Amino acid sequence: MRITLKIWRQASATAAGEFATYDLDEVSPDMSFLEMLDVLNEGLTAAGLDPVAFDSDCREGICGSCGLMIDGLAHGPERTTTCQLHMRSMKDGATITVEPWRGDSMTVIKDCVVDRSALDRIVQAGGYVSVNTGAAPDAHAVPVPKAKADRAFTAAACISCGACVAACPNASAMLFLGAKVTHLGELPQGQPERDARVVAMARQHDAEGFGGCTNIGECAAACPKEIPLDVISQLNKDLRHAMAKGL
Amino acid sequence: MKIVMALSGAFFVLYVLAHMYGNLKMFAGQEAFDSYAFHLRELGEPILPYEGALWLIRVALVGALFAHAGSAFYLWKRANEARRTRYAVKRAAAASLSSKTMRWGGVTLLLFLAFHLMQFTFHTFEVGGSFLGPYDRVYGAFQVWWVVAIYLAALGALGMHLKHGVWSAAQTLGLTSTPRAARHAKATAVATGVVVAGGFALPPLSILLGLI
Ligand code: HEM
Ligand code: FES
Repeated sequence: MRITLKIWRQASATAAGEFATYDLDEVSPDMSFLEMLDVLNEGLTAAGLDPVAFDSDCREGICGSCGLMIDGLAHGPERTTTCQLHMRSMKDGATITVEPWRGDSMTVIKDCVVDRSALDRIVQAGGYVSVNTGAAPDAHAVPVPKAKADRAFTAAACISCGACVAACPNASAMLFLGAKVTHLGELPQGQPERDARVVAMARQHDAEGFGGCTNIGECAAACPKEIPLDVISQLNKDLRHAMAKGL
Repeated sequence: MKIVMALSGAFFVLYVLAHMYGNLKMFAGQEAFDSYAFHLRELGEPILPYEGALWLIRVALVGALFAHAGSAFYLWKRANEARRTRYAVKRAAAASLSSKTMRWGGVTLLLFLAFHLMQFTFHTFEVGGSFLGPYDRVYGAFQVWWVVAIYLAALGALGMHLKHGVWSAAQTLGLTSTPRAARHAKATAVATGVVVAGGFALPPLSILLGLI
């Protein structure tokens, strides 16, 4: 396949960035999107040029570090992570625009690498969960109804990649926040700190400068883990309950 | 804890409640129009003075409008500040037309509101002649095709605003935590938009087409 890449180059967090255009002639449709970028970088390195910085780690869709905006869609046209996206999803001869996540709470460090630590700080603000330590408890010592376990599991699938924020027209992190809140909120182990946790995390979300949710739904459509929009409703419900208790 | 209450709560809760409240005021009837308009003014008598209840409602409406527009512009500003560097290419994967037009659609509604009040409440101008009673004024105005066209356009905008707004409010109030509840909220939102826009569109259309 022949691909023309229009990709964001930015030397540092403070430097001004711009798009650079590269032509790739021998792209295999079986390459992942990141492998295609590896090929680009090998060529740049061989020519003595600075390779394009992008994030990746597991390359199997579980770590969440590989987010890229591909032709205006977070993680590209498929419902998956960028590392699990393959070049066969692109058109031969296409010009592909690649940008980092944009948002004042997720700023560019270099090229297409962004600082997602604001998301970590939201999780940190959630604090601790009271669990007994010592010998591992029996598997069924704490019963969890199936429906709740399933929902907690769906929410726990969040890999904190930031695609929801990247896709949101308001640059809001509510889907992420909702997933984290629902994950622990559905489980018995999450109950003691439930109210305090949601309030602290929501406050951190706002303090980080993320936008406010207007329920447009781009986040859930971009989520590689298919986390549903109803976790945002759950978040609002928990917040309402906590505030009613004066927290 | 109070900060969250103030920051997110202010736009979560107040916003939603105040505006839904403001909106319900729109469901006024059209039959027996003059006597209805008159009764509006003596509503609550003798406990309240003439036009007392009407003024209470008007004050609440203006308050709701300020709260609504205020929080809308606040959200708008926050969204802009949350992403000052824009995408070069951005495509929407799921956003409905209604959800994307909430802000400019809302501003359109505000302009329409001004037009509407000047015409029928303050009588700053009258279209299609000069009239004594409300019924005649409405009847006369809607003989004019472009007045009807403006109203229909505004109602279309309102229907779309409500379609996303009702759904969004349910979501913001945390009433849609199960897929089933979410489906119901969506259906309610669509129904609200259609019923409100359709219901309001009936009188002007009927008058223009000579059915009334
Ligand atoms: C200044 C003009 C207006 C602006 C800028 C505006 C903007 C907005 C925005 C941005 C939302 C969406 C919030 C969200 O998506 O969560 C909204 C919701 C809503 N709007 Fe407006 N609007 C305006 C005027 C109006 C008018 C005149 C009406 C009714 C006649 C109205 C009725 C509603 C309702 C019922 C909702 C849903 C309640 C809610 O989500 O809080 N709006 N408006
Ligand atoms: S590299 Fe780990 S999810 Fe893509």
